[in-house]
Amino acid sequence: MKRWLGALAVLVLGRGRRKPRLGDERERIVQLRFPDRRAEGFVAFAFIAAAVCAIAFPVIYAVDSIPAQTQFLGLSLGLAFLFLAVACVGLAKGVIDDETEEEYKPPSNPEEQEEVEQIFAETGERFTRRKLLWTAGGTAGVALGAALVTPALSLGPVFHTGSLYTTPWRRGRRLVDEVGRVLRADEIEQGVMYTAFPEHADREQMGAPLVVVRLKPEQLRLPAERKGWAPEGILAYSKICTHAGCAISLYRKPTFAVVEPHEAFVCPCHYSTFDPAKAGKVIFGPAGRDLPQLPLQIARGGELRAAGNFSGPVGPSWWGVRLHKARSGP
Amino acid sequence: MIRGIVRFVDERSGAAPFIKKTLRYVFPDHWSFLLGEVALYSFVVLVMTGIYLTFFFKPSLTQVHYHGQYLPLEGRSMSEAYQSAVDISFRVKAGLLIRQTHHWAADVFVAAIVVHMLRIFFTGAFRKPRDLTYFIGLTMLGVALLEGYLGYSMVDDLLSGMGLAIGYSVLMSIPFVGANLAQLVWGDPYPGKHEFESRMYSMHVLVLPILIGTLLALHLALVAARHHTQFRGRRATERQVVGAPTFPGYAPRSLGLLFSVFGILFLLGGLVQINPIWQWGPYHVADATNGAQPDWYLGWLIGALRLMPNFDVTIGNYTLVPNPFWGGAGFPLFVFFVLYTWPWLERRVTGDRAFHNLLDRPRDAPWRTAIGVAFFTWVFIVFVAGSADRLFVFFGISYSVQIWIMRVAIWVVPVIALALTKRVCDELVRGEQVEVRRKAAEAEALA
Repeated sequence: MKRWLGALAVLVLGRGRRKPRLGDERERIVQLRFPDRRAEGFVAFAFIAAAVCAIAFPVIYAVDSIPAQTQFLGLSLGLAFLFLAVACVGLAKGVIDDETEEEYKPPSNPEEQEEVEQIFAETGERFTRRKLLWTAGGTAGVALGAALVTPALSLGPVFHTGSLYTTPWRRGRRLVDEVGRVLRADEIEQGVMYTAFPEHADREQMGAPLVVVRLKPEQLRLPAERKGWAPEGILAYSKICTHAGCAISLYRKPTFAVVEPHEAFVCPCHYSTFDPAKAGKVIFGPAGRDLPQLPLQIARGGELRAAGNFSGPVGPSWWGVRLHKARSGP
Repeated sequence: MIRGIVRFVDERSGAAPFIKKTLRYVFPDHWSFLLGEVALYSFVVLVMTGIYLTFFFKPSLTQVHYHGQYLPLEGRSMSEAYQSAVDISFRVKAGLLIRQTHHWAADVFVAAIVVHMLRIFFTGAFRKPRDLTYFIGLTMLGVALLEGYLGYSMVDDLLSGMGLAIGYSVLMSIPFVGANLAQLVWGDPYPGKHEFESRMYSMHVLVLPILIGTLLALHLALVAARHHTQFRGRRATERQVVGAPTFPGYAPRSLGLLFSVFGILFLLGGLVQINPIWQWGPYHVADATNGAQPDWYLGWLIGALRLMPNFDVTIGNYTLVPNPFWGGAGFPLFVFFVLYTWPWLERRVTGDRAFHNLLDRPRDAPWRTAIGVAFFTWVFIVFVAGSADRLFVFFGISYSVQIWIMRVAIWVVPVIALALTKRVCDELVRGEQVEVRRKAAEAEALA
């Protein structure tokens, strides 16, 4: 039985294996070396392992009851490729000594260079009014280029930057919270930062969101012209950082007031820090312009309303940003 | 059989001499010559996984309410773009694997380009006749950065929106034309018109990939035209290149690398979570999250934006240059300017206009190596500053203290790095000379 199996193995495995041809009359390109049979077995094993992993992929894909399907899919596909890589490295070992050399090309081809130049020069000699033709042709090229670029202007209002000054706030507009509930002055607690929006207006514009906080009235250091902008010490500022347009979502407040720094708004993108007590002054980080403040008033029912528009344009700065004031829009 | 195929092809194209030449094209052997290939193979993965993603992604900012597999987002208002990206992650079978593999491939792609570029720089491979190849490579790096940025901005998750707001602000900050350019690109004040999403999409899946593909083809054609560089060897000289021919010597090695890159990227995509957009949530103008970090290759820009002291350049009440310009535009433009002009600068200073097929070892060009180390150290510290808030979480060093340390360190550390590198290079060269003299003396003594 053992001998029969042995014979069968020889028959199956031995088939198709060619003896390396020695003494071929032509000069060899790939040099001859006796093959390493163990390495070939290793490569075959790696190919089969790759096949097994690759087969596992559609199986895992089809069986929904497998937990962590993404992980197993990645594992099977990743390992399939890695086994292929292992097989390639095995194959590479078999031809590692295949080395050759080649001359680098000459640095340049002066003859052809001259001929190219000659072709253009001789063509030029067929025309006499060269300067005129160049000028006219150049004009046509530039004009046509400009014409072809023109449709790009439809992308956006390139010459109209006025809308950058527009915000939905105006005198009397009520402040609402994230779910649209009207904010009342007596709900604003100290030490908490509230996000507010204009009532009945589009929230997805930089001019809309506010941060609202309450400080002790004696903490306030607002300039004289903003007296009355913060009734009961309630202050509202634009929520959009004047540096790079991120939403200010951090409120730093002292937990041990004696030694810790006072309240401040912090933007989480580049940590620009603004002082709510000092009219939104930049106290740290890269912002180059104070945070615009919105004047508030408390209506008869205790609800918070805007008493006007922001102290300056909202959002990131641009050249000439301070030329105009914030304007009320839709 | 091979005879038959070759005959068929040759009789129809006359390509047999070309095929023969290609098969025996020489690849010099050094591990560092494979870095560019890693970038190339990552790009292949990017294109394949990217095409798959386009079959499911919906580039639309139309607002919808989410009712899907991921319950924490139930009922939230979001764009169709974000919803479709969440659906790719949870509803499309194998979708998360492909999406994460795509994201990992992007990170590896840019990393491989950067490391490849460093290799080219420090071995002097950018010198004539390969300066044009180097410029094209640099351009690809720039395009790849933009491509990656648009890719993760399209998804419209919270991080996308924050990144776009920063991009918008940087564009706005360009003196005299910034606001106009931003209006042109976005179509409206930020967050802009809904069309902006489709603009990003067509750039990300059409224009920029074709641009990268074209530059890549040009890059490889130039490499092949002038052949690879090599380190000096017994037979490896300025006139003769030595290495493994494409087939059979080099092909299995390169294929092995290709499959390794594929394998590792899919393992990462399946096993290591990246950009879990469902946790960030949809973007709204009024929202931002703390401790947000962009993909690594934008870290240097966020670092530069963070390190700037707080000023706008103004004349009276007239704002000339808003702050984000310096970190977001000035800094990267300067870095790319230095990299583009370096070959010219080096030619001017050294007067070396010769052809170079042999590479320098870094120690052989001590000044280039020293200046390069200083320059990249400078960029690297800025990059680290981009993670100062994370460093605060891990090590507890106050954020503002870190920023002040780094504002000084970016000017001091590169100078130290320069002096140190120059010294190390000189010592290494001197050590070799001593060794050569010792061997000569020994030989003499024996004789």
